[in-house]
Amino acid sequence: MTEIMPGLALQKVDERIMTLNVGPQHPGSGHMRIVVQIDGDYIVACDPDPGYVHRGEEKMAEYRNYILNIPHLERPVIHDSCNVLYPYVLGVEEILGIEVPERAKYVRVIASELNRCIYIMYWLAIYGIFLGHSTMFMWPAGDREFLIDLMEKMTGARVTHAHFVPGGVRNDLPPNFEDVCLRQVNYFEKRIKEYSAVFYDNPILIARTRDTGVLSRQDAIRLGTTGSVLRASGIDYDLRKKEPYDAYDELDIHTNVMKEGDSYARSKIPWLDMLESCNIIRQALQKMPKSGSVRVKLKPNPKGKGDQTVYKRVESGRGSLGCYVVSDGKPEPYRLKLSVPSFRNLIALPYLLKGEKLGNMPSVYWSLNYWPVEADR
Amino acid sequence: MLKDLVTPENANVFVGKLGDILEKAIDKPLGYAINWGRIWSLWPVHIETACCSVEFGAASSPRYDVERFGIIEAFGSLRQCDLVVVQGTITRKMAPRLRLVYDQMPEPKYVIAMGACAITGGLYFDSYNVLPGIDGIIPVDVYVPGCPPRPETLIQGCMLLQEKIKRMKARKFV
Amino acid sequence: MSSDSEKPATDAKPAEKPVTTKPAAKPVVKKPEEIPVELPVFEKGLSDKIAEKFDDKIEIAFVKEDRVRINVSRENVLEVAEFIRDELNFDHVESVSGVDYPQEKEIEVVYHLGSYSDSSLARQILVLATRAQREEDPIPGSDSTKLPSLRNIFYSVEFHEREIFEMFGVFFEGHPDNRRLLLPEDWADLPPLRKDFALKGR
Repeated sequence: MTEIMPGLALQKVDERIMTLNVGPQHPGSGHMRIVVQIDGDYIVACDPDPGYVHRGEEKMAEYRNYILNIPHLERPVIHDSCNVLYPYVLGVEEILGIEVPERAKYVRVIASELNRCIYIMYWLAIYGIFLGHSTMFMWPAGDREFLIDLMEKMTGARVTHAHFVPGGVRNDLPPNFEDVCLRQVNYFEKRIKEYSAVFYDNPILIARTRDTGVLSRQDAIRLGTTGSVLRASGIDYDLRKKEPYDAYDELDIHTNVMKEGDSYARSKIPWLDMLESCNIIRQALQKMPKSGSVRVKLKPNPKGKGDQTVYKRVESGRGSLGCYVVSDGKPEPYRLKLSVPSFRNLIALPYLLKGEKLGNMPSVYWSLNYWPVEADR
Repeated sequence: MLKDLVTPENANVFVGKLGDILEKAIDKPLGYAINWGRIWSLWPVHIETACCSVEFGAASSPRYDVERFGIIEAFGSLRQCDLVVVQGTITRKMAPRLRLVYDQMPEPKYVIAMGACAITGGLYFDSYNVLPGIDGIIPVDVYVPGCPPRPETLIQGCMLLQEKIKRMKARKFV
Repeated sequence: MSSDSEKPATDAKPAEKPVTTKPAAKPVVKKPEEIPVELPVFEKGLSDKIAEKFDDKIEIAFVKEDRVRINVSRENVLEVAEFIRDELNFDHVESVSGVDYPQEKEIEVVYHLGSYSDSSLARQILVLATRAQREEDPIPGSDSTKLPSLRNIFYSVEFHEREIFEMFGVFFEGHPDNRRLLLPEDWADLPPLRKDFALKGR
């Protein structure tokens, strides 16, 4: 397989090659810069330049205790905030040695699946902006409001919920939540099934994304990609089935896999995942214990015993998110590292863009299920 | 008769009074019309800085629909835009680029600082890579607080900006 | 530095205070008993395979459910990583993190390895830890804080090692591109995630 030299492959630039900054202010770049070198219309080399939103979350976490860390650790992806906090909360619970009540586990599963759908809808909306398909922006941006209403009923905030705490969730579900949730989720599922007619069977979208940015199965493993990028290249790996956490081992989950590995497959897998999430929410609402506590109250300034290191991971909207916590017996963590799926998928970008046309760059780049704010932490 | 009225001594008074009449008759309505045109088509630059961009995107969605105010999402070139909505945290890496973007826009231009991080550094006030507020580098017109501000708050911020523009002088040079 | 294999026992909740004028009962605290250590079988198999090949060059820190941790010195890490890739079928790196220990004058770099192709290893994460020397006044790139790079064995560490270079000052020998990734281009201060770099006001 081809070996990729990092950075810009052409250090000595000759007359035919032009260097372009697809910069932080660009309708097709998100919150980062990609430096591309093009020969006519074809990209020869590319160098991603993240870091425009690097806010130092990991350093700040060393100065705040386990509970104070929650508001700022959820901000890498504000609309998927429950999934970003999930591995941190699981890790802290293992360090402190707490056992979470049953009802809290199911509430967490429901919140996690709702957040996954909310994230994927916004990702589809921005994909529409990149491709210039304005309906693909308006429909998902509008339809996700149904689920944001549900999250607002549950937690009080539209985004940045701060709902997961070590010990369970902050509050119980409001009364009559199950009926409202079922109604909204059913209507949501009906709406997103219409997307196949407008987007996925649209000949223009197919022509723009089929057979571009093909990532083979071997390369997907070797590059260490994760999430929908991996499943679009034919590898059946979903942490909710392979390493189930909380209540996922009692639920019935089907993993969607496609074999082609091109941008079309990578743009379709998250949509299929959303349909699966609706099923999971319905199952969880049925199997949930009808009453019980949802939180184990902790003493102020909780600390673990002795030196411990914990690595927990969770399947978020983009892929497998891990959190490595090193504790030395103090109320603050000694070191906290978030291993985010966007950063892991970034390595595929110079690999896929080599040889592509410049016009295909936005569709290949965003199809990697990339959220720049998360990659920078 | 005009020649008797206008003597070398009172020519400047005459010109001043003429100027007042012209201002009331032409300049005020013209200024009002120009400002009316500016208010209802504020085009924002497509620069997403940090997490508040999600709520800016939600404000352009069909439910909150900021496009009925003339604010179009995802515009192409910044040489045709007149509004910069600084969405969220500005890091030290992004700050020179923000200043460059602001300098490249043609006059008249307006700045909305959206989110607590753009106003004072917000939740990240003690981070090593974050600027404590953007009003050190670009002049801000409207501050919209929140973390992140709800889309309705952003729309109220835009309406405040519209009130401010109505009060401004339409032309810089007489 | 790292925990041993048994899960820490939780404290029993203190007894309820009776609503009388008698003095409240003292809370009862159970001492953690010395349970005989029983290690999970599959993970023990993995750690045994590594231990029998590299006797004394490595140290097995713990064997927990789904997580096995090995500490290696920097001279042997390339050999051990190649063995793990070839014999044990771990094929990618999930995350690389650095931990700064200024009292021991060392910076620890921790690799978390996973496997996609082998279905028996789908849940397992192998934790590989090495240590680099740490200097008081770092000049990133030209002082003694160096480690061999694992890029030729696991390609997926490329951007992760660049991040550790800029955040801790650890130079990776054999990595073709040790340069900045996330920090601004004109960063001239200490590497930020070291313990002697303090945030403002703290």
